[in-house]
Amino acid sequence: MIQIKNVHKVFNAGKANQVNAVNGVSLDIKKEEFLVIVGPNGSGKTTLLDMVAGSVFPNSGSIAIDGEDVTKLPDYKRSKWIARVFQNPVSGTASDLSIIDNFRLAAIRTQSKGLSIGINDTFKNQVKEKISTLGMGLENKTEQLMGTLSGGQRQALTLLMSVIDNCKVLLLDEPTAALDPRSAEIVMRTADELIKDYRLTSILITHNLKDALKYGNRIILMGEGLIVKDLDTEHKAALKQNDLFDWFG
Amino acid sequence: MDFYLTALLQGLCFSAIALGIYISMKIFNIPDITTDGSYTLGAVVTAILLTHHQPAYIILPAVVISGGIAGALTGIIHTKLKINALLAGILVMTALYSVNLSLMGRSNLPLINISSLFTLINISADPNHNTFWILAIFVLIITLLIGYLLKTDFGIAMRATGNSESMIRSLGVNTDRMKIIGLALANALTALSGYLISQFQGFTDISMGIGIVIVGLGSVIIAETMINWLHITSVWLSLALVLAGAVIFQLILAVTLDIGINPNMLKVVTAVFVLVIVSLPRLSLLSRK
Repeated sequence: MIQIKNVHKVFNAGKANQVNAVNGVSLDIKKEEFLVIVGPNGSGKTTLLDMVAGSVFPNSGSIAIDGEDVTKLPDYKRSKWIARVFQNPVSGTASDLSIIDNFRLAAIRTQSKGLSIGINDTFKNQVKEKISTLGMGLENKTEQLMGTLSGGQRQALTLLMSVIDNCKVLLLDEPTAALDPRSAEIVMRTADELIKDYRLTSILITHNLKDALKYGNRIILMGEGLIVKDLDTEHKAALKQNDLFDWFG
Repeated sequence: MDFYLTALLQGLCFSAIALGIYISMKIFNIPDITTDGSYTLGAVVTAILLTHHQPAYIILPAVVISGGIAGALTGIIHTKLKINALLAGILVMTALYSVNLSLMGRSNLPLINISSLFTLINISADPNHNTFWILAIFVLIITLLIGYLLKTDFGIAMRATGNSESMIRSLGVNTDRMKIIGLALANALTALSGYLISQFQGFTDISMGIGIVIVGLGSVIIAETMINWLHITSVWLSLALVLAGAVIFQLILAVTLDIGINPNMLKVVTAVFVLVIVSLPRLSLLSRK
């Protein structure tokens, strides 16, 4: 589904503050694979994810999604495959817009945004039904501004928003880093269910080693902009929490 | 009383500029001061076409398009050349001064005894009332169009662009293109104010746009204060308050002139007044602590 071939990314090349974020990573992510990426800060995880999303372009190497070379394609053109949940809940939703407006935009992620009014009663009911599956009691607050909700509620809604339109790849960049443990658990569980239900190909970056162990069917460890370890489904299943702690030792 | 009626009529003329600033500042979060130039541009285009006896159905689109181009230029400079929006606006505004001057060929063009929008239709025998009704209908139509636009899928994407750029890009919107369209729209509206004012006052002057951005800004800030105060989320009510803001702003200026303040000090009064409205919410927060 996603082929990453020998990508490099250098920030501030030639300056005193040069950062070699990613130093030649190759990765073949199969359809419906749920890849977990762990690694210390500055190991290039987020840069790698940003390159898949298209918000950062590699200096060299190539990236293909679904067989199509997307190396030079900007992020807004990759939205036909990719939905994204950001670390900061504010980045994934528009605070000054109502919940229903946010969902409307997500519902036409892969389409052009035309000059017709798309929010009607059918759409509202459809959204309410989806939101009620979260069990957060938000289904009757769809006219409320997104900014009035908590981080956990916003992340959970962002997840729902990613699958409301046709989605093949889900990118999760530390989606629970800003959340309390309870909200974090709800968000991760929802993500896992959606990934299974919609048979998504997904990448999760996390610093939470319990989550890294519990979710996904492949895990890689990054360090210094390279892939240090790569465990497939079988080896990941055999992985123990202590082994994982040792990786960071 | 006529004095206040004039202020009301001026307020209606300026409501287009207020809507324009509302779009650039509140919706896109871009401080756009192309306004001074595009406002005069609208008035210049109107004056030239009127003195060449062009019909209204040519003048109006010409004004909208010229304002739109000015705004789009600012947008392109800002997004494609990655230049600060404020500077991009100043550059286009400065260039427009020369453009306006060479278009007119002189610094002032009177429109006395030339049929205008306000003599086109006769709703009331009293010219002031007639002007009022024409302006009211004109402003209503613009507001309905903008309100509708903001409710469409495109409009929601527009509102989200100024709010959460990372989100809207990941949802498949080219934010650069969106900003260029937004600034074009905002300046087309601004040019419409120039179109209305030049016909209302009966002349176009090269310096009529100086500091006009503050009129739009003041109107929007009055509206914003009311929007926050009344916790308004509806698009329609917000737009209505922007219109109200434009009228209130002119009425307050009329009051200051009425109580005998030297007209030369009008810009100082305007600046101080905007400062007061901006700082009032903060001051009242301080006193509550």
